[in-house]
Amino acid sequence: MVETTAWGVLLLPVILGLFAVGAAAFDATLAARAAGVAAPRSAALAPLRSAAGLLVQQRRRTLAADTLLWRAAGMVLLVAAVLASLVTPLGQWAVGDLSAGVVWFNAMEIVAWAAVWLAGWGANSAFGLVGGYRFVAQGLAYELPHMFVLTTAALGAGSLRVADIVAAQQDLWFVVWMPVAFAVYLLSVLAMAFAGPFNHAVSSDVAGGVLAELSGVDRLVFVAGRWVLLVSGAAMAVPLFLGGGSGPLLPDWLWTLVKTALVLAALVWAGRRVPTIRMERFEEISWMVLIPATLLQALFVSLVVI
Amino acid sequence: MWREIVFWLCAAGSVITGVAVFRVDSMARATFALLASFLFAAGTVLLVDLTYLGVLVILMMIMEMVIMVVFMLMYMMNPAGLMPMTMVHNQKGSLAIAIGTFAVLATGIYLIDWPTSSAPQPEDPTMALGEALMGPKMLMMIVLGLALFATIVATVVLATHRGRYDRYGDRLDRDRPDDPVRGGVGR
Repeated sequence: MVETTAWGVLLLPVILGLFAVGAAAFDATLAARAAGVAAPRSAALAPLRSAAGLLVQQRRRTLAADTLLWRAAGMVLLVAAVLASLVTPLGQWAVGDLSAGVVWFNAMEIVAWAAVWLAGWGANSAFGLVGGYRFVAQGLAYELPHMFVLTTAALGAGSLRVADIVAAQQDLWFVVWMPVAFAVYLLSVLAMAFAGPFNHAVSSDVAGGVLAELSGVDRLVFVAGRWVLLVSGAAMAVPLFLGGGSGPLLPDWLWTLVKTALVLAALVWAGRRVPTIRMERFEEISWMVLIPATLLQALFVSLVVI
Repeated sequence: MWREIVFWLCAAGSVITGVAVFRVDSMARATFALLASFLFAAGTVLLVDLTYLGVLVILMMIMEMVIMVVFMLMYMMNPAGLMPMTMVHNQKGSLAIAIGTFAVLATGIYLIDWPTSSAPQPEDPTMALGEALMGPKMLMMIVLGLALFATIVATVVLATHRGRYDRYGDRLDRDRPDDPVRGGVGR
């Protein structure tokens, strides 16, 4: 049973923020280790240091920038990333228990399309615009498999309400009999947060893409939004596929946190291990491999449910 | 009480951003003003407890507008928004049509004797609405859906620049497709 809590509105951003800082620290440690730094653990504080630096940095301006849309991009990304977790239960508490919770989660993810494109457009820089268009193409590539995967989990429970999906996994976690859906979900979570191998929109071959001209507080807000989006995606994997808060000994809210941390760590680790994937390459893989695979998985699940 | 406040906020927001679509001088701003207008409209759908429909409107409109902005910038005049432009054409004609439509709809709202019901709210309003709208005409709706989907597929097939004969040769006997871009499946 999931109950809604009003005070969760205050707690949710804090939890997401802590997870985001942790993920960024882990990512920095992995990067330092890959670079061969003598004491990679000391790099864990690098994200906080650079955040503090960005706070006091003066904004860089570009000629004829669309300032309104450019500034809005980061804030929209951050707010939507937090709102996406509105329906994610922490143990037995959730901020909002919408009857169409899965659709709400997906709608808030899609906001990233608009935010990233706006960040690329607003700067009036060619590199930024290239990055923005890359992300729109990427969004089209990952969104259909992602939607089918969400539908599959909802099919298994016969409900779009996240609480019902958790309740349907009392006996058997969905990850056990929907492994394809779980794998594709993790893949599309990386893609929607343009992290890991899907960071083509911000990759170094276009001087940082949408991040190229972002500076100061704007950059901090945008990058924070990106990490929180990844955390939101990882956190949603727990109620959708990993049985929510169920587990032995520990209380269910702690299990939710532990599982979220594990999924998040796996995502960040995978993102560091795999090189950036070009979008025109992934587009074909998405349409020719992922969509049929997820459709077959959905067919299998609906046959089992019937 | 709070529902009325939210409704009027949504209604005013929707109209204001709708007006902004025609007042701003950049294609990107016009598109995202239109998106904001749709999102406010989705808010009013959420207010009548049609959660699924309201959230779906938010989802579809964001996707649609982000794809639309790509095409708007491609096809419209002054795509970069660096020079002043106007979204308004045929001013007198469109003004007449707009005022006429508004007058007809507004009088309709006040003249129609709206039915009231004391029946309790259904458990799943979205389901009830769907059955009320489409229940007796489900067969037609299904056929319509198929026809729409077939149209989409046919349009893509007609519009595609390179078909399978370009990729796999006239006899379709090439092992690997001849694509301008490397990568993807099988290469």
